[in-house]
Amino acid sequence: MRHLMSPLDFSTGELDRLFDLANDIEKNMDKYAHVCDGKKLATCFYEPSTRTRLSFEAAMLNLGGNVLGFSEASSSSAAKGESVSDTIRVISCYADICAMRHPKEGAPMVAATHSLIPVINAGDGGHQHPTQTLTDLLTIRSLNGSLSDFTIGLCGDLKFGRTVHSLIRALLRYENIKFVFISPEELRIPDYIITELKEKNAEFEEVTKLEDVIGTLDILYMTRVQRERFFNEEDYIRLKDFYILNKAKLALAKETMMVLHPLPRVNEISVEVDNDKRAAYFKQAQYGVYVRMALIMTLLGLADGVLENNDR
Amino acid sequence: MLNVGKIEEGFVLDHIKAGQSLDIYHKLNLDKLDCTVAIIKNAKSNKMGKKDLLKVECDVEMLDLDVLGFIDHSITVNVIKGGEIIEKKSLKLPKQITNVIKCKNPRCITSIEQELPHIFVLTDEKSETYRCKYCEEKAVKRWDI
Repeated sequence: MRHLMSPLDFSTGELDRLFDLANDIEKNMDKYAHVCDGKKLATCFYEPSTRTRLSFEAAMLNLGGNVLGFSEASSSSAAKGESVSDTIRVISCYADICAMRHPKEGAPMVAATHSLIPVINAGDGGHQHPTQTLTDLLTIRSLNGSLSDFTIGLCGDLKFGRTVHSLIRALLRYENIKFVFISPEELRIPDYIITELKEKNAEFEEVTKLEDVIGTLDILYMTRVQRERFFNEEDYIRLKDFYILNKAKLALAKETMMVLHPLPRVNEISVEVDNDKRAAYFKQAQYGVYVRMALIMTLLGLADGVLENNDR
Repeated sequence: MLNVGKIEEGFVLDHIKAGQSLDIYHKLNLDKLDCTVAIIKNAKSNKMGKKDLLKVECDVEMLDLDVLGFIDHSITVNVIKGGEIIEKKSLKLPKQITNVIKCKNPRCITSIEQELPHIFVLTDEKSETYRCKYCEEKAVKRWDI
């Protein structure tokens, strides 16, 4: 039985098969409408995350399965002091697969150790959020054509951004990707990531202004720069505009560039950008459902041979 | 080596870094055993300048080599039987250690679920890096036990 704890749990070959399945789901939704008939997904969310929970539930419902679960710790037995390992043993009796979000790092790993059903880490504190990374990879692969040979700019809070760190590590397994890190000095990419980039001989540069590099990018991955991350209000006001994507900055970019964002956005992408053909962040949310559908099928052992049958 | 009386069966841990013998004594749970233990501190050493030693008279099977390997794999383990050294064991970095050190990450699941074992996994042999199995927090320096 397999679980998903980190995006690196799957080899690149396994990811290719997962993404092929997700792309087939995108094209032939009807074909998959009943593959999970009679199966149940438990969404065990110890902290609220509407977007992630709903995308998991939509994925299972699209596959013909059912969903049950809780959306915050106070409505679960955790409030009575039940351990994660006890909870998952019980959930294993009720459902066929579980997606778990927990504020404590490693909680889904504890669940996986004691579970009789596959467990998907749906986010554990600041540690991992693998289905977001799989969503990002699928979006890039689908819209760019491949996961190699491009320049990606990562913009905003690169210091605390779990999503960004996870995506960089996942992309380091592919060929010929250049990274451009765009952030204020205070929110630079951490040194341990820089060390990993150097070890893998990845090409990268660090800059502080989006305008200076936007013309060179094939992909721009935006994240939020939060006011509370700055030491003082003055710096925040001085710097925040450098990290807001608007029409004027987008005019400097390639016509083929794609703009991604893990969402929710606040003001870092101006709404005037939404109708530009390069804005791909809502499409990205849609890919999040496809990749979770493919993941549920794969972990339930329902993906084997599906694509081969297609070719006949 | 200083002579603190011969032991019949047990082990002598040699080349312990000076000042660390008492920590090792506790980490190997020797304080809980009802046997003869000699702790020698700051003995002269040609190789190390100063060193500590531990002489323990007990069943040799009771020694947890993984714990010792994690603490300091340069320690020499002399196994004694019939009053003689019959074997010198070399120590390796263990692949995994359980309940030797605690995860200090306040966001780790082990911080709220007391009954969970604290498991650290060797993730990089070269840099001797251990990480928490659950949250992947790096183990703080190995002497901070």
